[in-house]
Amino acid sequence: MFLINCPYCGERDQSEFSCGGEAHIERPKQPTELSDDQWAEYLFMRKNVKGIQFERWNHIHGCRKWFNVARDTSNDKIHAVYKMGERPPIK
Amino acid sequence: MSKNLRINKNKFIDQTARILFKFNGKKLYGHKGDTLASALLANNIHLVGRSFKYHRPRGIMTCGSEEPNAIVQIGNDPALTDPNVRATEIELYDGLEAFSQNCWPSVNFDIGGINNFLSPLLPAGFYYKTFMWPASFWEKYEFFIRHSAGLGKSPNKPDLDLYDHQYAHCDVLVIGGGISGILSAKLSAEKGLNTILVDDKNNLGGSTLYQDDNAFKINNENSNIWLNKQIEDLKKLPNLTIKKRTSVAAFHAYNYLLARENLTDHLSLHERKNKIRQRLWKIRAKKVVIATGAIERPLIFSNNDRPGIILSSSIKKYIDYYGVKTGENVSLFTNNDSAYEAAISLNKSGVKVKVIIDIRENPNSVLTEKIEKAGIKILKGYTVIDTNGYKRIKSFDVKKLSKDGGSVVGEKITYTCDCLGISGGWTPMVHLFTQSGGKLKFRNSDNVFIPDENKIPSEQISVGSSNGDFELDDVVNNTIKSIMVFLKLDKSNYEQLNIECSKEKQKRNIWLLPSDKPMSKTKPFLDFQNDSTAKDVKLALREGFKSIEHVKRYTTTGMGTDQGKLSNMHALGIIADTTGTNMGELGTTTFRPPYTPLTFGAIVGRNVGEFFDHTRRTAIHNWHVENKAEFENVGQWKRPWYFPKNGETMNQAVQRESKAARESAGILDASTLGKIDLQGEDASEFLNRVYTNAWSKLAIGKCRYGLMLNEDGMVYDDGVTTRLGENHYIMTTTTGGAANVLTKLEDYLQTEWPDLNVYLTSVTDQYSTMSICGPNSKKIIKKIIPNLDLSDDNFPHMSFKNSKIDNVNCRIMRISFTGEHSYEINVQSNFALNVWEKCMEAGKEFNITPYGTETMHLLRAEKGFIITGQDTDGTLTPSDLQMDWIIGKKKYDFIGKRSLYRSDTIREDRKQFIGLLTDDPKEVLEEGAQLVESLEKPIEMLGHVTSSYFSPNLNKSIALAVVKSGKKLKGKKLIVPMENKNINVTITDTVFYDKENKRLNA
Ligand SMILES: [Zn+2]
Repeated sequence: MFLINCPYCGERDQSEFSCGGEAHIERPKQPTELSDDQWAEYLFMRKNVKGIQFERWNHIHGCRKWFNVARDTSNDKIHAVYKMGERPPIK
Repeated sequence: MSKNLRINKNKFIDQTARILFKFNGKKLYGHKGDTLASALLANNIHLVGRSFKYHRPRGIMTCGSEEPNAIVQIGNDPALTDPNVRATEIELYDGLEAFSQNCWPSVNFDIGGINNFLSPLLPAGFYYKTFMWPASFWEKYEFFIRHSAGLGKSPNKPDLDLYDHQYAHCDVLVIGGGISGILSAKLSAEKGLNTILVDDKNNLGGSTLYQDDNAFKINNENSNIWLNKQIEDLKKLPNLTIKKRTSVAAFHAYNYLLARENLTDHLSLHERKNKIRQRLWKIRAKKVVIATGAIERPLIFSNNDRPGIILSSSIKKYIDYYGVKTGENVSLFTNNDSAYEAAISLNKSGVKVKVIIDIRENPNSVLTEKIEKAGIKILKGYTVIDTNGYKRIKSFDVKKLSKDGGSVVGEKITYTCDCLGISGGWTPMVHLFTQSGGKLKFRNSDNVFIPDENKIPSEQISVGSSNGDFELDDVVNNTIKSIMVFLKLDKSNYEQLNIECSKEKQKRNIWLLPSDKPMSKTKPFLDFQNDSTAKDVKLALREGFKSIEHVKRYTTTGMGTDQGKLSNMHALGIIADTTGTNMGELGTTTFRPPYTPLTFGAIVGRNVGEFFDHTRRTAIHNWHVENKAEFENVGQWKRPWYFPKNGETMNQAVQRESKAARESAGILDASTLGKIDLQGEDASEFLNRVYTNAWSKLAIGKCRYGLMLNEDGMVYDDGVTTRLGENHYIMTTTTGGAANVLTKLEDYLQTEWPDLNVYLTSVTDQYSTMSICGPNSKKIIKKIIPNLDLSDDNFPHMSFKNSKIDNVNCRIMRISFTGEHSYEINVQSNFALNVWEKCMEAGKEFNITPYGTETMHLLRAEKGFIITGQDTDGTLTPSDLQMDWIIGKKKYDFIGKRSLYRSDTIREDRKQFIGLLTDDPKEVLEEGAQLVESLEKPIEMLGHVTSSYFSPNLNKSIALAVVKSGKKLKGKKLIVPMENKNINVTITDTVFYDKENKRLNA
């Protein structure tokens, strides 16, 4: 159980949050223009890195806000928390 | 057996308080302060259980949580009995009843003991090699394995005890109440930090507590006296919480730890009444100090497992702390100085130590000198090669070690004894450190794994012998030094301590001691609980296992309830020696939580019975209870399933209810349907994007059914949404989908379409819903709301009106899930019961019939309406469901639209939704049954039944199903093969009743 620093509420236990998978995958603005392969890339392909992964998290049992987290999957260290629409502050 | 081995000098045991207990039915006495193990030893009982595989007699080997042998069953109440309890940990209480495990018919005569003589047939990997082939024999093997495997008996009645969970937050958590833990806690609390100190024993002090010898001094006082003063000071510190009998089970990331506090396990049964048995602490600490100490290692030689062979430090604790002699003719066998400490204690208590076998050539320290002065014989450079005695050690054989330690030379000497103390050095308890993610490093000088100070994963520090400091001066000085840095202290009261101790650090390490016999004739045990020997490990290596994790599983070394705390290191050492690897490179196996076993009770706490999950009840629930409804769980909701009258079966009730609903009037509590209030100037656009059909043109006051997809094009949820105002809608969802739909919609609003001005609010609990259907529903509504114009012109199907029942505002929707003319009344939940009763009263003359979910399902199935989650399973598109009409073809985009023409979703042979009629109209299919075309093997499964009922309104069986290419197969005959018959069916349309929808406006 790690701690997540919700940008709206502050530090809370992980059990208050739910993870929404990889961050920065924008829904295509014009899906109908895409080929099957392009659409499949958006729909199905996700990274699973050992190291820093950018993830979407939702403070589902709190303020219900979505935000982004840069988490090291090898040790659960959180290197950055930043709001939706912002670019990652680290690489 | 009746001998009393208690000596009368001890301050930790209250010898004035005699405690009666039973072991294997025999009445025995102990004292307050005893563990079961110390009490048994005081009664001269060493034989406690049988080993797992060979059923060899086993005795008490240790005095703590590392005990591999002396594990017992406590009590025989089928609800409260506790298996696999370590006799060395459980405190004696009045009326304690303990039983040996793993033996039949008794510990003294055990049939399974025959395995010991069969042991050449039971080598490493025996189970894997024998029972895996041929596979069809598994059932026969299983019978044999189930009867011979397993240690204790689990309780078979619900646990009557109470368990608790509690959260704690602190600045500093100190784990371990030995001397290093006490100093750490004291420094921390004195600095003003909010500190918690936990220790698994009932007394603080660790082994220093009874280290009463002038060889170990701090500031010119014997170390136990000095430490006692520290403990007394400690207890006065205001910001320190001390938790005794509390064992840390798990150390997770971010300094989150679980600790189990035993509250009543040491109390007599009548003192326990109404008390909480165990509390699981969930601790979040800013900083953690690990001071968990070290465990003494055994030595690995042939027949090193006999009752009476005990770790030397445990012999010392039994005599110095419990005042119990572990034997009257004791010898010791060691590779370091620890055994000499035990010898000094024994000597002081008048127990004769016959001989000390020391594998070191030249042991030379304050302690060895003391022993030599006392006239105790020391054999230097010798080893024990074998032991004798079945239920208790009787003698042991000794030979001189060769210079390189690889073999033995000279004459065999045999010594009689009734107890042999062994010491193979110390293993730091690094379990919690590695659980937290810390990495270890190997210290070659004394063959120990210690925490690598460069690979510490969180704000924590290991001190004392858990950090590899074994001598008193190192323990104290290094603890103080590192705590001062860790807690950023500039001064302490401990800077000028004068410490005397043995200082002898010489060790001679031989992982597997040589014997004069060939390896195959020896039994050098490594894992005492799982009966794996050094031979097994070598066999595994010969058979090609290289990774320590594989050797562990193949030989089961370290896989018992003790997780191999005692001799995992020897297994590693033997692997390293045999393969010529350095132990540091080999690494250790993974230490996993819990450190010691936890009860299920402690894990679940109060989350049992009605507290296991939340129960949601509608505002009308009590009426349903009073009217004898049977309930169905739908997620957390309790929904009326059916309302049996006069002893009706479910089937009879459902037939009556559904007939009444179509012939006159039925009423359903639909309050559990999810309700989401949508407001904002972009609400219509938002609905356009989340539903497949178009919403912009829906007039205010109208309702529309919507289908919601996932981005993969599969049907996700459905429901009716009503436009209440220009920018105001109320959406209904399925009961089970309500929370997820809201989350999903919020996700899109916040992350993909933040430009849309829409606000979502769940109002599921705020509004209750009752649905009145049937040809007389209009008359009933008219009675309740006389001034509402119910004409089709004013209030047509799929529209809504704001109205009042008495003075209560309500929303009436004319929508139907049954195909009948029907109304849905939505009202604030606190008025719902009144309104419901009003409907019942008004409907009396029309035989208004309350119905539950089963009738609702049947009525909608007659109409071919889907239930998402029952007829769909996340693999069906709208087209698969024959619902192409609901796709807004002109819409540019909506969730899932692009997926509707992926190569996979446009396949014509997808499973598609169809109706089924059985050839025999009385035959009702089973939901989930498979559909096939022919019975010729191999049989292709074409699909399955998703909904099936006997329809009283049609007087025949009907079913809904998904079938490959089903849309094209209308009229086709299929077979439903069941266990003892094959049922013939014909594919039909999905609408069975009122295909023209005439009844909606009837
Ligand atoms: Zn929040």
